[in-house]
Amino acid sequence: MEQLNSYLIVAAILFCLGLFAVITRRNGVAVLMGIELILNSANINFVAFARFGGMNFSGHIFALFVIIMAAAEAAVALAIIINLYQNFKSINVDEAQQLQR
Amino acid sequence: MDNYQSLAYFWPEFILVGTAIVAILMDLHYQRAQSYKVGYWVLAGFLLAQIAIFVQPHETLTLFLDSVAFDPFGRFFKTVIILATFFILVVSPYSNELKNYRTGEYYILIAIMAFGMFLMVSALDLIMVYLSIEVVSITSFVLAGYLRKDKRSNESALKYVIYGAFSSGLMLFGLSILFGLTGTTKLFEIRSALGQLDSSANYALILSAILILAGFGYKISIVPFHFWTPDVYEGAPTTITAYLSVAPKAAGFAILIRFFHTVFTDGGALSAANWIGDTGLPWPQLLAVLSVVTMTLGNVVALQQTSVKRMLAYSSIAHAGYMLMALPLLSGEGLYAIMLYLVMYLFMNLGAFIVVIAVKNKTGEESFEAFRGLGWEMPFLGMVMMVFMFSLTGLPPTAGFIGKFYLFAAVIKAGPQFYWLAIIGVLNSVVSLYYYLRVMKMMFLEGEHKDVLTTPATMVTVVLICLAIPALVFGIFWSPVADWVNQSLMFFTQGM
Repeated sequence: MEQLNSYLIVAAILFCLGLFAVITRRNGVAVLMGIELILNSANINFVAFARFGGMNFSGHIFALFVIIMAAAEAAVALAIIINLYQNFKSINVDEAQQLQR
Repeated sequence: MDNYQSLAYFWPEFILVGTAIVAILMDLHYQRAQSYKVGYWVLAGFLLAQIAIFVQPHETLTLFLDSVAFDPFGRFFKTVIILATFFILVVSPYSNELKNYRTGEYYILIAIMAFGMFLMVSALDLIMVYLSIEVVSITSFVLAGYLRKDKRSNESALKYVIYGAFSSGLMLFGLSILFGLTGTTKLFEIRSALGQLDSSANYALILSAILILAGFGYKISIVPFHFWTPDVYEGAPTTITAYLSVAPKAAGFAILIRFFHTVFTDGGALSAANWIGDTGLPWPQLLAVLSVVTMTLGNVVALQQTSVKRMLAYSSIAHAGYMLMALPLLSGEGLYAIMLYLVMYLFMNLGAFIVVIAVKNKTGEESFEAFRGLGWEMPFLGMVMMVFMFSLTGLPPTAGFIGKFYLFAAVIKAGPQFYWLAIIGVLNSVVSLYYYLRVMKMMFLEGEHKDVLTTPATMVTVVLICLAIPALVFGIFWSPVADWVNQSLMFFTQGM
């Protein structure tokens, strides 16, 4: 139980850091990194619960699926950011202001 | 049912995936100018999938070791999704926005997205919930940014990908907590495990439920999670906007209903069911407040828009609010009303967006100014737009009126503690009358009469007729839809 708690605390800290990065960063790639942190904190939760919580393997399997999905998402997001650079000559999220408020 | 036996019940999904794979190969073969032909193949694939849904046995089962449901509830939503996809596929070749792009991939992505939505409406396992939502999200990011050289489309894709990935990350964290509390990923087992949970886990459970609600709320754009909606809807190609406002929203409601009903209610029949009563949070009231905020914000901000497309984006937020109104009741009538409303909403909202496509093809714009005097120049477009606008407002004798009538009736029937909800809903409908009628005013009362009449492309006209007739007829004669919804719901309540 002691071990499980320390993993959960690490995951919670990672989650908060990811949240912080998404909210404060203006650079598109940095925002993506924040999202990856959130996904990985969930992964740590899943694996820790499965390993120490005396639960079945679904946690490990879930984490594997999340890694695959995160890769797909990062690929699409990076493609969109590259396209952003071609259109706006910047990867700053705030530069994209074409749509009306 | 084990994996091998399940395959026999999975034909519609197989057909969609097969369609997408063959379409990718076809797209490699075609030159740029011919790549729109992939669309016809995808259209045929969707027809085949619909036939497969029709001929499937009408049973209630769980497939793939309890991770996918096979029931009339799912079948209902799959049919709704195919219907929406069908109209979009037919209209897409006639949209001028897509003229300068290779459109093969566009149709392939729509097929994959529909596959994701099929899984969404039948997911019974946390892994399947997450994967299906992500499949739909990732394909819609690409579709929203499909107009690569258009800065607005690009911006909308960027905002979509950031909000989408962020809220699915939040949802995932919530799912991980739920998994930790219960030790399983199957929704049915989670429910029984939650029943035995002692009250020390309440805070974790509340946190997890809120995070999961963030993920679902983003899909159906309810208020604290709606920020992406106006920008994405405005920037994306109009065909995709129309699609996003109907199909993923229906799928989002399906997964929200199934998930919360399976996990967080006591599992009995749908009678003002016990929510996870012992967490100490008033869930029904919380959801009711969310729905009020959603519809009010959608309607009030829609009043101030200068672009019809953006106005319709806010109006779709408001409609999500109306539908959400019936969810916290968790009564049979509530779910019935939501599903009935989704069918009506499909016709009227798709219709309104397709009129915007036709106007944009002609004038190159989607602002209110572009509609000036159009009712006299394109009388057909003016007439059908009138039907859709009245229907969206909920005036009799249109489909929207019947949809809203059932929603409000369900809310009233749930008891005096929800009367305020119905009153605010009606007031909101009155507010919405103003901005819907503003379109009509632009079309008919302003601008000068022109002698030369024009009509949209033949196929667009046919689609608009196909949408306008149900939007009118279901206002008078809605029993076929009502029966269909009733059958779909009957099994759902028994099977769960």
